[in-house]
Amino acid sequence: MELFLWFTKFENTKPLALVIFFTVFCGILLYLYGSRSRGERIEEHKNIPLLDEDK
Amino acid sequence: MATASVVTSEQYNYDIIRKFTIMTLVWGAVGMLVGVYIASELAFPFLNFDIPYITFGRLRPVHTGAVIFGFGGSALFATSYYVVQRTCQTRLWGGNLANFTFWGWQAVIVLAALGDVMGHSQGREYAEMEWPIDLLIEVVWVVYMAIFIGTLMNRKQPHIYVANWFYLSFILATALLHTFNNLAVPISLFSIKSYSLFSGAQDAMTQWWYGHNAVGFFLTAAFLGMMYYFVPKQAGKPVYSYRLSIVHFWALSFMYMWAGSHHLHWTAIPDWTSTLAATFSIMLLLPSWGGMINGIMTLSGAWDKLRTDPIMRFMIVALSFYGMSTFEGPMMSLKDVNALSHYTDWTVGHVHSGALGWVAMISFGSLYHLIPRLWNTQVYSLRLINVHFWLATIGVLLYITAMWISGIMQGLMWRAFDDFGNLQYSFAESVAAMHPFYAMRALGGAFFLTGMVVMCYNMYKTINQGNTEAAPVAAAA
Repeated sequence: MELFLWFTKFENTKPLALVIFFTVFCGILLYLYGSRSRGERIEEHKNIPLLDEDK
Repeated sequence: MATASVVTSEQYNYDIIRKFTIMTLVWGAVGMLVGVYIASELAFPFLNFDIPYITFGRLRPVHTGAVIFGFGGSALFATSYYVVQRTCQTRLWGGNLANFTFWGWQAVIVLAALGDVMGHSQGREYAEMEWPIDLLIEVVWVVYMAIFIGTLMNRKQPHIYVANWFYLSFILATALLHTFNNLAVPISLFSIKSYSLFSGAQDAMTQWWYGHNAVGFFLTAAFLGMMYYFVPKQAGKPVYSYRLSIVHFWALSFMYMWAGSHHLHWTAIPDWTSTLAATFSIMLLLPSWGGMINGIMTLSGAWDKLRTDPIMRFMIVALSFYGMSTFEGPMMSLKDVNALSHYTDWTVGHVHSGALGWVAMISFGSLYHLIPRLWNTQVYSLRLINVHFWLATIGVLLYITAMWISGIMQGLMWRAFDDFGNLQYSFAESVAAMHPFYAMRALGGAFFLTGMVVMCYNMYKTINQGNTEAAPVAAAA
């Protein structure tokens, strides 16, 4: 119960939310730019609109 | 290896896209005409003619409804249905449900306009429609979401292209915003009048959570989806950086939701919400400019297209206005700047640099790309596209310049004190000082409207010379 009450206080949840969202954002950046081969694979998706030829 | 151009009319549902495209043009012309009329009413009040149905207060929501939901909404339905089919390489899911979204959405726009003119309003900005229309919007939107997600699930392309992420976030966010902003209790079952579930500061915060995110998701994220498909297609080159587009998407989606309270600086809301909103507004500058740079740099190595291709010019100028208004917005969200700018015409100018410069321009560029492909033909006149481009550009510049001057002057006049500590100017004096700029704004709007009419004529001729028959399969070894 004590644990649940901790979440009801803005002064606790605001910094917690900040830590979670900042960590997720860093995770996205690491995923995108952390590996050269993965980066190249992701970049290949940018050709999708050009794959479907117009008449 | 054999390659074949696609029999798109059979492979894809183009009929629904054609319908929404035509209504985009119709609502664009109607909405902008009403906009020019009410701008003229502000400059020349005799235009009210003492007729309550056409006063500024009633026609203003007709204007915003027609341009945001009629023009913008129809453009988004059309392009999202096109982009999701082409990038997923599958037909639109749901069969006739797409037709329901068309007729339902058009009914919403017409009923909302009638309600506004008759004086029925919830008094909530960009959500003036009373509860029966809100319920219709809810149903149409859920069906739209089902069609979009159903199509994504049927895709033949393993990866979901980033433009669809933006469209999907717009659809999801709009569903949330519309639902919670319109929670209301009708005064009786057979009355269209209702009262909001919220009151006081909470009501104000709910309204601006809705209002700002309508700008963020309806007028920004969705049109970025349009940009991420049509700019590469028109340029004939892939987007500059796919990874940057992913950062753009997540950062924008996360940050926009927190910024709404900057519309309520210096009011009764808690100070920390105001500061939080300003902080997130400033942070929004980074993803916004990242996206703008990503779009503009797509032309890297093909800058000559700006000289030769008026459609490309529309798109690049749209991105420039996107960059400019996403710089101006965070600046205006600073409390000290807001103390001067709030309640003045500066805000109106800011909205229109985004709405005309970004939203309308990227829609024009995308529709000029799309319409010839939907009707298997070429554009009737490139020269008229060029004429439209200059009319639109001059119109926006006249509009926002007038509102900058007028708005800053208003702010300064309202806060000026004389030697005895009294207000130096009466409100009526500030109104009189605005007059030349109101006339200039109406002129700018008239330029923009004329461009829209030129586009309608050009596209009418284009559609007339085209056809909707399926093209023969052209296979080449």
